[in-house]
Amino acid sequence: MIILKNNIKWYKKGLIDGIPIALGYFAVAFTLGIVAKKAGLTPLQALFAAGLTNASAGGYAGFTLIEQNASYLEMALTQLIVNARYILMAFALSQKLAPKTSTLHRSLVAFDVTDEIFGISIAVKGELNPFYNYVAMTISIPGWALGTYFGVVMGNILPSVVVNALNVGLYGMFIAILVPIAAKDKFITKLILISAAASLLFAKLPFISGLSEGLRIIILTVIISLGAAFLFPVKEDKIDA
Amino acid sequence: MHNIYIYIFIMAAVTYLIRLLPLTFVRKKITNITIRSFLYYVPYVTLTVMTFPAIIDATQSVWSGIAALIAGILLAYIGASLFGVAVCSCLVVFLIELIL
Repeated sequence: MIILKNNIKWYKKGLIDGIPIALGYFAVAFTLGIVAKKAGLTPLQALFAAGLTNASAGGYAGFTLIEQNASYLEMALTQLIVNARYILMAFALSQKLAPKTSTLHRSLVAFDVTDEIFGISIAVKGELNPFYNYVAMTISIPGWALGTYFGVVMGNILPSVVVNALNVGLYGMFIAILVPIAAKDKFITKLILISAAASLLFAKLPFISGLSEGLRIIILTVIISLGAAFLFPVKEDKIDA
Repeated sequence: MHNIYIYIFIMAAVTYLIRLLPLTFVRKKITNITIRSFLYYVPYVTLTVMTFPAIIDATQSVWSGIAALIAGILLAYIGASLFGVAVCSCLVVFLIELIL
């Protein structure tokens, strides 16, 4: 019973944290739907493609390749590269779950490892309860899939000022995850500032800025995190906190 | 012409496997301190590089993006919730772009 009660607590927390994600997804997916329409997908095809992948950059890349009538191999490789950051996130999440968490729970959590779900899951205190992810998933996946659906159906009806405003919501959430931790930890603050500076450079430098956003995210994440890990290994107690 | 459903299947399968394999195969607590430190730092770095400078390019004008960034940091600093920060960032962009 204690476990059940605990699950309900996590379910509620997942709901509260999942709502802004679902809303943000709906808005972002709307623009994804416009891309899907251009690629010739029907609203229903777009809905399934979005709901089964739950990946923004992956979705964009995928629809663009469909439009270009690319080979299946090219599709597979592109999805691998554009979504490779999820490998790192899934690794980190795997450590965040209790080691005894069953394969079934892990397989379900894996279905929706996205930037946003990862962000909120890694920010919870202590070990992660899969039920937290389940509720966040059950509201954010429909947000994502339906947003794409309506993007195909309605095209450009929504005024751009509204779409722009909604776009920022997801970033606002990332900020809300980062800032409280940075406020408590001077080293994390420095790490964030260095990452932001490097990211700006990568986005503006010639040649490097030509790489896809997903690829730039992986390169920066690996280089900076690895550098920090070698130079400033974390004390045991901090990791488990 | 390729089949649209095979395309969608490939997209879904590759994306799922990428997420599934690390979560199911590496379930023991990693003891190596460098790898643990690396994984500890990954979220902060990833979330930062995804947010910046993307937040500034996501809006019509650079200024509304910068305003949303500053507003978000201030609100999060005084302890606003995820939802609160997300909604206020949107409102800031909406209002500034209406004025501009």
